[in-house]
Amino acid sequence: MSAPLLDVRDLEVAYGAVTALRGVSLSIAPGEVVALLGANGAGKSTLLRAISGVVRAKRGEIVFDGAPISRLPPAQIVRTGIAHSPEGRRVFPGLTVAENLRLGAAARGAAKAEWLADRETFYDLFPVLRDRMNQTAGTLSGGEQQMLAVSRALMARPRLLLLDEPSLGVAPLIVRGLFKALASLKAKGMTMLLVEQDVRMALSLADRAYVLRTGSVVLSGTAAALRADQVGVAAAYLGTHQGTKPI
Amino acid sequence: MSPLLYLTQQTINALAIGSLYALVSIGLSLIFGILRMANFAHGDMMMVGAFATLLLVHAGVPFGVAVVGGVLIGALAGALVERIAYRPVRGSSDVTLLLTSLAVTYILENLGILIFTSSPQNFPLPALLDDVVSMFDGQLIFTRINVLTLAATGVALLFLGWFVTRTTMGLGMRAAAEDLGAANIVGLDVNRLIIVAFVLASGFAGLAGVLWAAQSGVVEPAMGFTPLLKAFIAAIIGGFGSIPGAVLGGFLLGALETMIVAFLPSSITPYRDAIVFALLIAFLLFRPAGILRVQGEAKL
Repeated sequence: MSAPLLDVRDLEVAYGAVTALRGVSLSIAPGEVVALLGANGAGKSTLLRAISGVVRAKRGEIVFDGAPISRLPPAQIVRTGIAHSPEGRRVFPGLTVAENLRLGAAARGAAKAEWLADRETFYDLFPVLRDRMNQTAGTLSGGEQQMLAVSRALMARPRLLLLDEPSLGVAPLIVRGLFKALASLKAKGMTMLLVEQDVRMALSLADRAYVLRTGSVVLSGTAAALRADQVGVAAAYLGTHQGTKPI
Repeated sequence: MSPLLYLTQQTINALAIGSLYALVSIGLSLIFGILRMANFAHGDMMMVGAFATLLLVHAGVPFGVAVVGGVLIGALAGALVERIAYRPVRGSSDVTLLLTSLAVTYILENLGILIFTSSPQNFPLPALLDDVVSMFDGQLIFTRINVLTLAATGVALLFLGWFVTRTTMGLGMRAAAEDLGAANIVGLDVNRLIIVAFVLASGFAGLAGVLWAAQSGVVEPAMGFTPLLKAFIAAIIGGFGSIPGAVLGGFLLGALETMIVAFLPSSITPYRDAIVFALLIAFLLFRPAGILRVQGEAKL
């Protein structure tokens, strides 16, 4: 296996007195799609937020492309090549679709010709965004906002895309379209770390997956193996999992 | 006197005062939008801008250059206040932010008193600007400084409009005002956006201070206090945190104050400010999000 693009080592994150991650280690190879599974509050979003520098680790290290990033501010982490499509989409509701996309390229200081051209590629990927480019993002449907959030992150031209719950609050038909677009990104070699409640969807896209429970990795393996071991995955979710022995 | 001319005269008066309120309230809204902070020291940037201009004029700098210099010094002062006083307490409770900005106000005003004494100082205008223009046999009277005020405000508003819709920095500022956390995640340099917001806000306040001094003819350390209160009212009426709301609120407040004096019996005129503050209370009670309905409501 080639050197990992992202290497998270023994990461511990706390919100005040509450520990959200307890010694999580995980790695992602270039071009790989890794899913992060687990129940609500397991620490999946916290892990993404720690990688993008929005929350600070108490202990442990995050190494991206061979360089430690855990002490860099978020803007600089985006510049080194990690973009984050956050939980709840968090598009800027009063700004237009076009303006939201433009801001996605702001961190890397893209020249106008560059972001204009990049924006066209996402209008091609999600034609509905082109139709709505002069509408404010707050007027979009949940699915359209999700497409916008993903595209806005990709405007940073990342080497690693962090995706937090792209299916949340999105109609099932749209989710399928969204995952098709993600699959085409994967085919082009985009590395992704995907947090997703919809286990079946996540495992259909991912190469490997980790299951988090109360801040620790309790199960990991290839997507194929986890698809075959649904009982084990469910047990890991629920906390009845013991070692490698399925119940 | 012809009613049409009277109305025109009152419109000029309303626009002249409304521009100043708009210039000051834009800055309040800009900063509140991003930091959710009522910046009481904002009025003092008027004082800084006006005094800086005065000093430059006394130093022999031509008036126009002195005004530009004064505005820039006001803008710089705002950036310094953010860096030194506000950034260390960013994200603290509303009370901490409020007390910090009050402390900055006291420090700046007392600094002004130490340097310039508390008595008003004459603000010299070039003869050209001090001229009174009289039309239609004196039925329409305005000073050139009124015209300059309107022109300067117009240019400032056009610049701001261009900045927040056409530049990446300006869009980023609006994005930060809508969702600071998301702006951070997207990789916008939030610290830089906040500094730029303070530079803009304080530059506008500095400009308002110079124009205010030019209209009233005097400069004093406490000169920013009354306009600040009026600007708060204007910003809240328009929708606190919204830039168009601040402009709208500023001009509406100017119009209202002018109308109270122009059209109501003179026995009511002394209650002008009381009426204005009653309007503020009414807005806070019945429409706290302002005319433009800003999400997340104004809280003071």
